[in-house]
Amino acid sequence: MSARNNILQKLRSGLVGTTPRPDDFDERLVTEPWQYNPDDRIRQLRTQMEAVHTELYQVTSQNWPEKVAEVLAARNLGNLLHAPGTEHGSQLAEYWQSSGQSVELLTYDRPIEEWKDELFWNVDASVTGTLGAIAATGSLVVWPDRMEPRLMSLLPPLHIALLKASEIEDNLYTFMKRNNWSAGMPTNLLLVSGPSKTADIEQVLAFGAHGPKELVVLILEDA
Amino acid sequence: MNQRIPVTELTSTFRERATGALADQQLRTNFRTAMDSLMQKRADAFPDEDEREGLRELGNRIKARALSQLPDLLEQLEANLTANGVKVHWAETTEEANQIVHSIIEARQGTQVVKGKSMVSEEMEMNEYLADRGIECLESDMGEYIVQLDHEKPSHIIMPAIHKNRHQVARLFHDKLGVDETDDVDELIQIGRRTLRRKFLEADVGVSGVNFAIAETGTLLLVENEGNGRMSTTAPPVHIAVTGIEKVVQNLRDVVPLLSLLTRSALGQPITTYVNMISSPRKPDELDGPEEVHLVLLDNGRSGAFADAQLRQTLNCIRCGACINHCPVYVRVGGHTYGEVYPGPIGKIITPHMVGLQKVPDHPSASSLCGACGEVCPVKIPIPEMLQRLRQENVKSPAEGPKVKDGGAKYSAKERLIWRVWKTLNTSPALYRLFLWGATRFRKLTPSNVGPWTENHTAPVPARRSLHDLARNHLSGNGSAKGGQ
Repeated sequence: MSARNNILQKLRSGLVGTTPRPDDFDERLVTEPWQYNPDDRIRQLRTQMEAVHTELYQVTSQNWPEKVAEVLAARNLGNLLHAPGTEHGSQLAEYWQSSGQSVELLTYDRPIEEWKDELFWNVDASVTGTLGAIAATGSLVVWPDRMEPRLMSLLPPLHIALLKASEIEDNLYTFMKRNNWSAGMPTNLLLVSGPSKTADIEQVLAFGAHGPKELVVLILEDA
Repeated sequence: MNQRIPVTELTSTFRERATGALADQQLRTNFRTAMDSLMQKRADAFPDEDEREGLRELGNRIKARALSQLPDLLEQLEANLTANGVKVHWAETTEEANQIVHSIIEARQGTQVVKGKSMVSEEMEMNEYLADRGIECLESDMGEYIVQLDHEKPSHIIMPAIHKNRHQVARLFHDKLGVDETDDVDELIQIGRRTLRRKFLEADVGVSGVNFAIAETGTLLLVENEGNGRMSTTAPPVHIAVTGIEKVVQNLRDVVPLLSLLTRSALGQPITTYVNMISSPRKPDELDGPEEVHLVLLDNGRSGAFADAQLRQTLNCIRCGACINHCPVYVRVGGHTYGEVYPGPIGKIITPHMVGLQKVPDHPSASSLCGACGEVCPVKIPIPEMLQRLRQENVKSPAEGPKVKDGGAKYSAKERLIWRVWKTLNTSPALYRLFLWGATRFRKLTPSNVGPWTENHTAPVPARRSLHDLARNHLSGNGSAKGGQ
């Protein structure tokens, strides 16, 4: 406790006779340059995300599982991690069964400690929902939970993210405000803007550093 | 496994290292190429000058507001993090911080630590501290990993291995990891990915830095591109974040402009691949994430900078590295010449508070004061002004009470006397004339060795006739001025 008190005391003695500066946050500076009309919003998101090697497809809220199957088939992948406890997860599972897909569906239904090795090395792809997206920077907002835990969108080499077209906001500030984040944050909240990458060697951009090598976004239009 | 990793000892001075670096053409090419590209990327990321300047002003105000209530915000941060289940620790020195980290690891009987990029952990020399106690501490950022593998230190705060080219990395991986030598950057990165993924799986503890600590919600925000930060903070059962006390901001919304300024200034990116906001350890019903999350708040000289209203602005820094990228000195001498954790302009103004001017006496003067650093700083730290202030503190006599740690490192009674004589001469016309009279007549008596000047120049000799003399002669109509030299 003494380190704490010493630090705080030193800081306080530097502020004697002063008052905190007023909060003059000007929200126009973080909103006005980043506003789009509804048509441009998806275009902006697409431009930003494609610039960092993300694949985006516009599908409907009914037919998207077909696209998932197609993406997996094109890559010849063997399994897919999904969350049957979610609405989209059960929709996928139903489609998988009815159409007789051969790609094995896996479920993140136990604590990481019980299947760390398998999850780290043997899962080819995952499909998760998102809370929405931010057009300005081309970012998905991912809120991991019990159904779709944190590592689900990180370990598999391919991450397929579902995004409802109606949940794309112009910029981070409006997203934050609309969802009232300042009232309480979850364990972990992520902005994901592309597959993992690095430019640490000669500034040459390489994808698939430690996280997914590929990110596929399915934009779901309400049908 | 737990090998002691030797660190290159730096016994030479800044000047000696600079001389060596300037002669290394490969090094200079590597830096020139990288810095030119980083400057261009930043310029491209801010196409609208008004937008950029508005945002910089806002960034400056947010940091100034946070610093104006720093102790209160730190307490608020602690209270909210504690309520969220995160354990908060305070350390005045790097030694204390290392002890805290070590005791957390020991309590879990941990032997392997995997680390996301953290400059504060570099300040602490955490890798070495833990290695000495039998704990392997592995860097997981690709650049940091390369640097650690070669027993080096980062040469840039954002791009740690920027001093190396792909051939040098290829050779290093071949020598250390026994893989085939390949110049293909993608392949090199995949080698790193495979090697480090095993480490993420095995690690007992993950260590990370923090980009912004949000007091309002008790949230730690980290930016990164690789995913190693998410790995380090999610896969191991314990996460320890280490950060400086100046990283706290008041509100969640404050990070919106700061984040934009940070990634655009640093790498010219609108945003990094991952913005990772952590507010608590794994909750009872959750299936992954660390069971314990700790935050270590480190002072290490920051409160010293804070004590002075002018120098306090140093703590605005959000560690984007733009000042480094735009520095004409850094690009020529490279990061290792500075001999400390933070190179370039930000290093020159923050390091004296951490290690004292006695250890880095050349830091404030290793600058041409061209002003580029201050011009690009996203939170508008007047870096040239800070450098000038540090130069003053650097030559203060003990009696003048320097305000910076180990100030007066370059104080010299002889130099002070020379300036006093100079001042007296130049403020007293009679004495000045007498001096001129003597200097022009006894000009041959000037010493042939006048310190560093005569290392590269011929010694200065006063002219035979002074300018005053020549002008007087000219105006009295005695013909053209004759014989300057």
